[in-house]
Amino acid sequence: MNASVAQPVTTDTQGMNYLVSVPRRIVTVWLPLTAFLIVLLFPFYWMAITTFKPNEELLSREGNPFWVQHPTFAHIHKLLFETAYPDWLWNTVLVSVVSTFLSIVCSVLAAYAIERLRFRGSRYVGMSIFLAYLVPPSILFIPLATIIYKLDLFDTRLALILTYPTFLIPFCTWLLMGYFKSIPLELEECALIDGANRWQILVRIVLPLAVPGLISAGIFAFTLSWNEFIYALTFVSSSEVKTVPVGVVTELVEGDVYHWGSLMAGALFGSLPVAILYSFFVEYYVSGLTGAVKE
Amino acid sequence: MATFINRLQDNRNALGLLFLAPTAVLLVLFLTYPLGLGTWLGFTDSKIGRGGAFIGLENYEFLWGDSVTRLALFNTIFYTVVASVIKFGLGLWLALLLNKHLPFKAFLRAIVLLPFIVPTALSAIAFWWIYDSQFSIISWALQRMGLINGYIDFLGDPWNARFSTIAANIWRGVPFVAITLLAGLQTISPSYYEAASLDGASPSQQFRYVTLPLLTPIIAVVMTFSVLFTFTDFQLIYVLTRGGPLNATHLMATLSFQRAIPGGSLGEGAAIATAMVPFLIAAILFSYFGLQRRAWQQGGKDT
Repeated sequence: MNASVAQPVTTDTQGMNYLVSVPRRIVTVWLPLTAFLIVLLFPFYWMAITTFKPNEELLSREGNPFWVQHPTFAHIHKLLFETAYPDWLWNTVLVSVVSTFLSIVCSVLAAYAIERLRFRGSRYVGMSIFLAYLVPPSILFIPLATIIYKLDLFDTRLALILTYPTFLIPFCTWLLMGYFKSIPLELEECALIDGANRWQILVRIVLPLAVPGLISAGIFAFTLSWNEFIYALTFVSSSEVKTVPVGVVTELVEGDVYHWGSLMAGALFGSLPVAILYSFFVEYYVSGLTGAVKE
Repeated sequence: MATFINRLQDNRNALGLLFLAPTAVLLVLFLTYPLGLGTWLGFTDSKIGRGGAFIGLENYEFLWGDSVTRLALFNTIFYTVVASVIKFGLGLWLALLLNKHLPFKAFLRAIVLLPFIVPTALSAIAFWWIYDSQFSIISWALQRMGLINGYIDFLGDPWNARFSTIAANIWRGVPFVAITLLAGLQTISPSYYEAASLDGASPSQQFRYVTLPLLTPIIAVVMTFSVLFTFTDFQLIYVLTRGGPLNATHLMATLSFQRAIPGGSLGEGAAIATAMVPFLIAAILFSYFGLQRRAWQQGGKDT
C-alpha cells in the first residue's frame, strides 16, 4: 500500500477510495470487470461477426476466426429477401406495441383505483396482482392454448396481443402503484375542492406527474413482449403470423445444414431494435427493474 | 345520465370497480381461469382436438413411474440450484465491482444489462453456434492454447450439455442479479463503512458485518425471482437442445411442452406443469421467510 497516490478528496462520493493504491485497484477491480465485460459481450460480437462472414470462412478452422477477411452481405440479403423475416419483424413490432399500450392503459386505471380510490378490498386486489406477477407463463401455456382455440383466436396476432398482458399488467400495475404512492395526496384534494372529478384528476394531475413511471413501465413491457417466446411458439403456426424469436428458431433451421450466417443475422436484427430502444431509456429501464424488485 | 355519472364519480367503490374492470377481465380470463383449467386438465386424459374425461390421479401415477419425468425433475432441480448459486455469487461480485466509483459508471451499467434485455431465444442461437461441435470458437481457442486435443462436443454429451446450458443461463441471469443488487448497495450509506474502518474493520469484515446484513432483504427478493425464472426456464433449453441428448437437459417446462403440444397429450403436459407449482411455492416461501427473518434478527428493516 506504500504506492498510494495523493488524490485530492474533492467530493464525498469518492468515499475512502484514496486509501487504495492504483496497482491494487487494477488487479482487484479492472481485471475482473474486464473479464466480466468480455464474457457478457462476446456472444453479441460473435453474432455480428458471423453475420458478415462468408461461408468459406465460417466453415474453416484456418485463419483468424475473430475477424472477417472478406465481409459479405449475402446472409443479410438471404434473410431479407428469401425468408419471411420482414413479416416476423413487423409482427413483433405490432404485437409488442399494441399489447404494451393495452397493458399500460389497464394498469394505470387499476393502479390508480388500488392506490388512490381505496375502495373496499383494494388491499387484497393489490396483493393478488402481486401474486399474479409470480405466475410463470410456462405453467399457463397449455390451458391457455385450449382457451385460445375455443375463442377461435388460434394462429392470429390477436391471440398474442390478448395473452401478453397477463404478464405485463401485473408488472406495470405494481410499478405504477409505487409511483402513484409518491404523488402528494394534497394535490388531489386541492383539485377535488376546485371541483375536478376523479377522471380529470387522473388525466390532468396524476398522469403528468407519473410520466417517468409510465416510461419505465412502457419500456419494460415492450422489451418483455418483444422477448416473449413460449406463447408465440404455441399459439401461432403460420409463418406470416410468427414473431422474430419464434420465426428464427423454427424456420431458419433447415434440416441438418445450419445456415449460421443468416441465423446470426436474424438474431442480430431481432436484438438490435430492442437494444437501441433500451439505450435511449436505460435509466428508466433500470429504475423499473429495481423499483419492481424493491417494493 | 349526467347525474348517474356524477353519482358514480362520488362513489369510491363503484368507481374503483369500473377502473379495475379492464384489468380484471383480462387477468381472470387469461390468467386465473387457465390456472384452474390447467389443474383440471392434469386430472383428465385430454388430447389435442378432443376433450378428456376425469381420470383422477392417473396422470400423476403414470408420471411418477416415468423415468423421463423423473430425469426432468432431477435436471430441473440441478439446473436451478447450480445456476442460481453461481448467478448469485457472480452477480454479487459484479455488483460490488460496479459500486466502486468507476468512470463511465452509467455506461458500464447499461452494457452489463444487455444480455438480459436481448431476446433469450436469439442469444441462445448465438450460444448454439458458439457450442457447435465442429466449429466452436471455444474449442478452437482452447486447442490453439494447447489445452485440448479434439473439439469438445458441448451439446452432444449428457453432462457437457447440462453444464453448457447452465453456463448460457448464468450468462443471461448474472446482469439481472448484479444490477438489482447494485441498486441495493447504493442505498447503503458510506458513513457505515467509514465508521467500520475507524473501528479497525478489514474490507472483508466490512463486507461481512455491514454490506451483507443490509443487503439481505433485497437479496431475498432478487433470488426469489431468479429461482422462479430459472426453475420455469423454457426458451434456452428449447433452442439449444430441445431436451436432448437422451433427455439429459429436459426441464419440467420443456417436457410439458413436448408431451402436450407436439405429443398431443394435453392432460399429461398439464399435469407436469401443475407439478411445478408446489416447488415454486416452496422456493418462494423458503427464500422469503428464511432470508427475511435473518434480516430481522440482524437488525435489518422489517419490510
